[in-house]
Amino acid sequence: MKKVYERNNIAFDMPSPYCPGCGHGVIHRLVIDAIKENRQEDNTIFMAPVGCSILSYTYLDLDVCQPAHGRTPAAATGIKRALPDSLVILYQGDGDLAAIGTAEIIHAANRGENITAIFVNNAIYGMTGGQMAPTTLVGQTATTCPYGRNPKDGQGYPIRVCELLQSLGGVTYAARTSVHSAPNVLKTKKAIQTGIENQMAKKGFSIIEILSACPVNWGMTPEKANQFVANEMIDYYPLGDFKKDGKIIQRSDH
Amino acid sequence: MAKKGKIEVRIEHCKGCGLCITACKQEAIALSPADVTNSYGYPYLTMINENCTGCTMCAIMCPDQAIDVYRE
Repeated sequence: MKKVYERNNIAFDMPSPYCPGCGHGVIHRLVIDAIKENRQEDNTIFMAPVGCSILSYTYLDLDVCQPAHGRTPAAATGIKRALPDSLVILYQGDGDLAAIGTAEIIHAANRGENITAIFVNNAIYGMTGGQMAPTTLVGQTATTCPYGRNPKDGQGYPIRVCELLQSLGGVTYAARTSVHSAPNVLKTKKAIQTGIENQMAKKGFSIIEILSACPVNWGMTPEKANQFVANEMIDYYPLGDFKKDGKIIQRSDH
Repeated sequence: MAKKGKIEVRIEHCKGCGLCITACKQEAIALSPADVTNSYGYPYLTMINENCTGCTMCAIMCPDQAIDVYRE
Protein backbone atom coordinates (compact mmCIF):
# COMPACT_ATOMS: atom_id res chain seq x y z
CA MET A 1 0.00 0.00 0.00
CA LYS A 2 1.11 3.53 -0.76
CA LYS A 3 1.45 6.11 1.98
CA VAL A 4 -0.91 8.98 1.10
CA TYR A 5 -0.76 11.01 4.30
CA GLU A 6 2.18 11.27 6.64
CA ARG A 7 3.30 13.33 9.59
CA ASN A 8 5.02 16.62 8.79
CA ASN A 9 8.57 16.38 10.15
CA ILE A 10 8.75 20.12 11.00
CA ALA A 11 6.81 19.11 14.14
CA PHE A 12 8.99 17.26 16.65
CA ASP A 13 8.13 13.61 17.28
CA MET A 14 6.08 14.28 20.42
CA PRO A 15 2.39 14.65 21.32
CA SER A 16 1.21 18.19 20.58
CA PRO A 17 1.35 20.38 23.72
CA TYR A 18 -2.34 21.34 23.51
CA CYS A 19 -5.54 19.95 25.07
CA PRO A 20 -7.48 17.16 23.27
CA GLY A 21 -9.53 18.59 20.38
CA CYS A 22 -7.79 21.99 20.38
CA GLY A 23 -7.80 23.84 17.05
CA HIS A 24 -4.20 24.97 17.48
CA GLY A 25 -2.92 21.50 16.57
CA VAL A 26 -4.71 21.53 13.21
CA ILE A 27 -3.70 25.13 12.46
CA HIS A 28 -0.04 24.46 13.36
CA ARG A 29 -0.08 21.53 10.95
CA LEU A 30 -1.61 23.63 8.15
CA VAL A 31 1.02 26.34 8.66
CA ILE A 32 3.96 23.91 8.64
CA ASP A 33 2.49 22.06 5.64
CA ALA A 34 2.38 25.36 3.74
CA ILE A 35 5.95 26.20 4.84
CA LYS A 36 7.14 22.78 3.66
CA GLU A 37 5.31 22.98 0.31
CA ASN A 38 7.01 26.33 -0.35
CA ARG A 39 10.39 24.86 0.78
CA GLN A 40 10.87 27.62 3.37
CA GLU A 41 11.75 25.38 6.37
CA ASP A 42 15.19 26.94 6.82
CA ASN A 43 14.05 30.46 5.97
CA THR A 44 11.04 30.84 8.27
CA ILE A 45 10.78 32.86 11.48
CA PHE A 46 7.71 31.83 13.43
CA MET A 47 6.46 34.64 15.69
CA ALA A 48 4.72 33.04 18.66
CA PRO A 49 2.36 35.09 20.85
CA VAL A 50 1.66 35.03 24.56
CA GLY A 51 -1.15 32.52 25.06
CA CYS A 52 -1.56 28.79 24.55
CA SER A 53 0.33 28.81 21.26
CA ILE A 54 3.48 30.07 23.01
CA LEU A 55 4.07 26.31 23.37
CA SER A 56 4.78 26.11 19.63
CA TYR A 57 8.50 26.59 20.41
CA THR A 58 8.55 23.17 22.08
CA TYR A 59 6.69 21.58 19.16
CA LEU A 60 7.99 23.12 15.93
CA ASP A 61 11.47 22.69 14.48
CA LEU A 62 11.59 26.31 13.26
CA ASP A 63 13.24 29.54 14.40
CA VAL A 64 10.71 30.89 16.90
CA CYS A 65 10.65 34.37 18.42
CA GLN A 66 8.32 35.09 21.31
CA PRO A 67 7.97 38.83 22.05
CA ALA A 68 6.11 40.53 24.91
CA HIS A 69 2.33 40.22 25.11
CA GLY A 70 0.65 41.73 22.05
CA ARG A 71 3.89 43.13 20.64
CA THR A 72 4.35 40.33 18.12
CA PRO A 73 3.52 42.51 15.03
CA ALA A 74 6.01 45.16 16.21
CA ALA A 75 8.80 42.61 16.68
CA ALA A 76 7.89 40.96 13.36
CA THR A 77 8.21 44.35 11.65
CA GLY A 78 11.78 44.66 12.90
CA ILE A 79 12.71 41.10 11.93
CA LYS A 80 11.19 41.41 8.46
CA ARG A 81 12.92 44.74 7.80
CA ALA A 82 16.28 43.34 8.95
CA LEU A 83 15.83 40.08 7.02
CA PRO A 84 13.59 41.00 4.06
CA ASP A 85 14.05 37.64 2.30
CA SER A 86 12.92 35.52 5.26
CA LEU A 87 9.37 34.23 5.65
CA VAL A 88 7.87 35.80 8.79
CA ILE A 89 4.72 34.09 10.10
CA LEU A 90 2.79 35.98 12.75
CA TYR A 91 0.76 33.54 14.84
CA GLN A 92 -1.52 35.19 17.38
CA GLY A 93 -4.57 34.33 19.45
CA ASP A 94 -7.50 36.60 20.19
CA GLY A 95 -6.21 37.76 23.57
CA ASP A 96 -2.87 38.70 22.06
CA LEU A 97 -4.06 40.25 18.78
CA ALA A 98 -7.51 41.65 19.55
CA ALA A 99 -7.02 42.77 23.16
CA ILE A 100 -3.57 43.83 24.37
CA GLY A 101 -2.04 43.98 20.88
CA THR A 102 -4.76 45.91 19.02
CA ALA A 103 -2.55 48.96 18.46
CA GLU A 104 0.35 46.89 17.11
CA ILE A 105 -1.70 44.84 14.63
CA ILE A 106 -3.60 47.87 13.28
CA HIS A 107 -0.44 49.86 12.65
CA ALA A 108 1.55 46.91 11.26
CA ALA A 109 -1.37 46.29 8.87
CA ASN A 110 -1.69 49.97 8.01
CA ARG A 111 2.02 50.27 7.20
CA GLY A 112 1.59 47.31 4.88
CA GLU A 113 4.40 45.33 6.49
CA ASN A 114 5.18 42.36 4.27
CA ILE A 115 4.20 39.65 6.77
CA THR A 116 1.56 36.92 7.03
CA ALA A 117 -0.64 37.01 10.14
CA ILE A 118 -2.48 33.91 11.34
CA PHE A 119 -5.13 35.01 13.83
CA VAL A 120 -6.66 32.16 15.83
CA ASN A 121 -10.07 33.21 17.15
CA ASN A 122 -11.44 30.87 19.82
CA ALA A 123 -13.60 33.51 21.56
CA ILE A 124 -11.98 33.01 24.96
CA TYR A 125 -8.70 33.40 26.86
CA GLY A 126 -7.48 29.82 26.83
CA MET A 127 -4.23 29.71 28.76
CA THR A 128 -5.29 31.85 31.73
CA GLY A 129 -8.42 29.83 32.45
CA GLY A 130 -11.34 30.83 30.24
CA GLN A 131 -11.85 34.55 30.89
CA MET A 132 -13.94 36.72 28.54
CA ALA A 133 -12.03 37.89 25.45
CA PRO A 134 -12.92 40.80 23.12
CA THR A 135 -14.15 38.14 20.68
CA THR A 136 -16.43 36.29 23.13
CA LEU A 137 -19.95 36.09 21.63
CA VAL A 138 -22.86 37.97 23.18
CA GLY A 139 -24.50 35.59 25.67
CA GLN A 140 -21.51 33.20 25.78
CA THR A 141 -20.40 32.35 29.31
CA ALA A 142 -16.83 32.68 30.57
CA THR A 143 -15.30 32.72 34.03
CA THR A 144 -15.44 36.55 34.12
CA CYS A 145 -18.98 36.73 32.66
CA PRO A 146 -20.70 33.70 34.26
CA TYR A 147 -24.17 34.94 33.22
CA GLY A 148 -23.12 35.39 29.61
CA ARG A 149 -21.55 38.39 27.90
CA ASN A 150 -23.94 41.34 28.10
CA PRO A 151 -23.06 44.49 26.07
CA LYS A 152 -25.64 46.50 28.05
CA ASP A 153 -23.68 45.71 31.21
CA GLY A 154 -20.52 47.45 29.99
CA GLN A 155 -18.91 44.35 28.48
CA GLY A 156 -18.94 45.55 24.88
CA TYR A 157 -19.54 43.74 21.60
CA PRO A 158 -17.38 41.04 19.99
CA ILE A 159 -14.70 42.53 17.70
CA ARG A 160 -14.68 41.43 14.05
CA VAL A 161 -11.00 41.77 13.22
CA CYS A 162 -11.16 41.08 9.45
CA GLU A 163 -13.86 43.73 8.96
CA LEU A 164 -11.80 46.13 11.08
CA LEU A 165 -8.59 45.62 9.08
CA GLN A 166 -10.00 45.38 5.55
CA SER A 167 -10.35 49.16 5.24
CA LEU A 168 -6.61 49.76 5.84
CA GLY A 169 -4.58 50.56 2.74
CA GLY A 170 -1.61 48.32 3.63
CA VAL A 171 -3.68 45.13 3.82
CA THR A 172 -3.55 43.07 0.64
CA TYR A 173 -5.41 39.96 1.77
CA ALA A 174 -7.93 39.40 4.57
CA ALA A 175 -9.94 36.20 4.95
CA ARG A 176 -11.81 34.35 7.65
CA THR A 177 -11.90 30.56 7.70
CA SER A 178 -12.63 27.82 10.20
CA VAL A 179 -11.25 24.41 11.21
CA HIS A 180 -14.45 22.80 12.51
CA SER A 181 -14.84 20.31 9.64
CA ALA A 182 -12.63 18.67 7.02
CA PRO A 183 -13.82 20.83 4.04
CA ASN A 184 -13.18 23.98 6.09
CA VAL A 185 -9.72 22.73 7.09
CA LEU A 186 -8.89 22.39 3.37
CA LYS A 187 -10.18 25.94 2.69
CA THR A 188 -8.04 27.21 5.58
CA LYS A 189 -5.01 25.52 4.04
CA LYS A 190 -5.67 27.34 0.77
CA ALA A 191 -6.02 30.70 2.57
CA ILE A 192 -2.71 30.19 4.43
CA GLN A 193 -1.04 29.29 1.13
CA THR A 194 -2.39 32.55 -0.40
CA GLY A 195 -1.03 34.52 2.58
CA ILE A 196 2.43 32.98 2.21
CA GLU A 197 2.45 33.52 -1.57
CA ASN A 198 1.57 37.19 -1.01
CA GLN A 199 4.51 37.58 1.35
CA MET A 200 6.93 35.84 -1.03
CA ALA A 201 5.71 38.11 -3.85
CA LYS A 202 6.21 41.13 -1.50
CA LYS A 203 2.58 42.23 -1.87
CA GLY A 204 2.05 43.46 1.70
CA PHE A 205 0.15 42.47 4.81
CA SER A 206 -2.05 39.37 4.79
CA ILE A 207 -4.31 38.29 7.63
CA ILE A 208 -6.08 34.95 7.90
CA GLU A 209 -8.53 34.76 10.79
CA ILE A 210 -9.29 31.17 11.76
CA LEU A 211 -12.25 30.20 13.95
CA SER A 212 -11.14 27.47 16.29
CA ALA A 213 -12.65 25.53 19.17
CA CYS A 214 -11.50 25.59 22.81
CA PRO A 215 -13.37 22.54 24.19
CA VAL A 216 -11.86 22.66 27.68
CA ASN A 217 -12.63 26.30 28.48
CA TRP A 218 -16.00 26.22 26.70
CA GLY A 219 -16.88 23.21 28.87
CA MET A 220 -17.81 21.02 25.90
CA THR A 221 -16.66 17.79 24.27
CA PRO A 222 -14.48 18.38 21.18
CA GLU A 223 -17.36 17.31 18.92
CA LYS A 224 -19.87 19.67 20.62
CA ALA A 225 -17.31 22.50 20.51
CA ASN A 226 -16.95 22.12 16.74
CA GLN A 227 -20.76 22.16 16.43
CA PHE A 228 -20.73 25.40 18.47
CA VAL A 229 -18.32 26.91 15.93
CA ALA A 230 -20.57 25.80 13.06
CA ASN A 231 -23.89 26.89 14.61
CA GLU A 232 -23.06 29.97 16.71
CA MET A 233 -19.69 31.49 15.80
CA ILE A 234 -20.11 31.50 12.02
CA ASP A 235 -23.39 33.44 12.41
CA TYR A 236 -21.49 36.35 13.94
CA TYR A 237 -18.15 35.81 12.19
CA PRO A 238 -19.07 35.05 8.56
CA LEU A 239 -16.48 33.04 6.59
CA GLY A 240 -14.85 33.97 3.31
CA ASP A 241 -12.54 36.54 1.73
CA PHE A 242 -12.81 40.18 2.81
CA LYS A 243 -9.99 41.59 0.74
CA LYS A 244 -8.02 40.09 -2.11
CA ASP A 245 -5.10 41.65 -4.01
CA GLY A 246 -5.76 44.93 -2.20
CA LYS A 247 -9.41 45.12 -3.31
CA ILE A 248 -12.25 45.06 -0.77
CA ILE A 249 -14.78 42.35 -1.61
CA GLN A 250 -18.34 43.63 -1.28
CA ARG A 251 -20.39 41.23 0.82
CA SER A 252 -24.07 41.08 1.63
CA ASP A 253 -23.91 39.16 4.93
CA HIS A 254 -23.80 42.16 7.28
CA MET B 1 -15.18 -1.70 -6.17
CA ALA B 2 -14.24 0.87 -3.58
CA LYS B 3 -10.56 1.45 -2.92
CA LYS B 4 -9.01 -0.23 0.10
CA GLY B 5 -7.10 1.77 2.63
CA LYS B 6 -5.73 1.55 6.12
CA ILE B 7 -4.51 3.86 8.84
CA GLU B 8 -1.64 3.65 11.27
CA VAL B 9 -2.10 5.44 14.60
CA ARG B 10 0.72 6.81 16.73
CA ILE B 11 -0.82 5.58 19.94
CA GLU B 12 1.28 7.75 22.24
CA HIS B 13 0.35 10.90 20.26
CA CYS B 14 -3.42 10.24 20.24
CA LYS B 15 -5.44 12.11 22.88
CA GLY B 16 -8.78 10.45 22.15
CA CYS B 17 -10.58 13.69 21.17
CA GLY B 18 -12.67 11.75 18.62
CA LEU B 19 -12.73 14.42 15.88
CA CYS B 20 -11.49 11.81 13.38
CA ILE B 21 -14.44 9.55 14.23
CA THR B 22 -16.90 12.36 13.37
CA ALA B 23 -15.05 12.97 10.09
CA CYS B 24 -15.01 9.29 9.01
CA LYS B 25 -17.78 8.63 6.48
CA GLN B 26 -17.12 4.86 6.48
CA GLU B 27 -17.55 4.39 10.25
CA ALA B 28 -14.31 2.41 10.18
CA ILE B 29 -12.70 3.80 13.35
CA ALA B 30 -13.51 4.02 17.07
CA LEU B 31 -11.78 4.76 20.36
CA SER B 32 -10.36 1.97 22.48
CA PRO B 33 -12.38 1.01 25.62
CA ALA B 34 -11.94 3.39 28.57
CA ASP B 35 -9.68 0.93 30.41
CA VAL B 36 -7.30 0.50 27.43
CA THR B 37 -5.20 3.66 27.31
CA ASN B 38 -1.81 4.95 26.23
CA SER B 39 0.81 5.91 28.81
CA TYR B 40 -0.77 9.37 29.24
CA GLY B 41 -4.12 7.79 30.20
CA TYR B 42 -5.99 8.65 26.98
CA PRO B 43 -8.08 6.06 25.09
CA TYR B 44 -6.71 5.90 21.55
CA LEU B 45 -7.96 5.42 18.00
CA THR B 46 -8.35 1.94 16.51
CA MET B 47 -9.72 0.51 13.26
CA ILE B 48 -12.87 -1.54 13.87
CA ASN B 49 -13.58 -2.95 10.39
CA GLU B 50 -12.28 -3.18 6.81
CA ASN B 51 -14.34 -0.27 5.42
CA CYS B 52 -11.43 2.20 5.23
CA THR B 53 -11.00 3.73 1.76
CA GLY B 54 -7.92 5.81 2.63
CA CYS B 55 -9.77 9.12 2.09
CA THR B 56 -7.49 10.90 4.66
CA MET B 57 -10.40 12.85 6.25
CA CYS B 58 -9.48 11.53 9.73
CA ALA B 59 -5.87 12.64 9.34
CA ILE B 60 -6.97 16.08 8.06
CA MET B 61 -9.06 16.59 11.22
CA CYS B 62 -6.45 15.19 13.67
CA PRO B 63 -5.00 18.02 15.83
CA ASP B 64 -2.11 15.81 16.96
CA GLN B 65 -0.79 14.43 13.66
CA ALA B 66 -1.33 10.95 15.07
CA ILE B 67 -2.64 9.29 11.89
CA ASP B 68 -0.77 8.07 8.80
CA VAL B 69 -2.96 6.92 5.89
CA TYR B 70 -2.20 4.24 3.29
CA ARG B 71 -4.15 3.50 0.11
CA GLU B 72 -3.90 0.75 -2.53
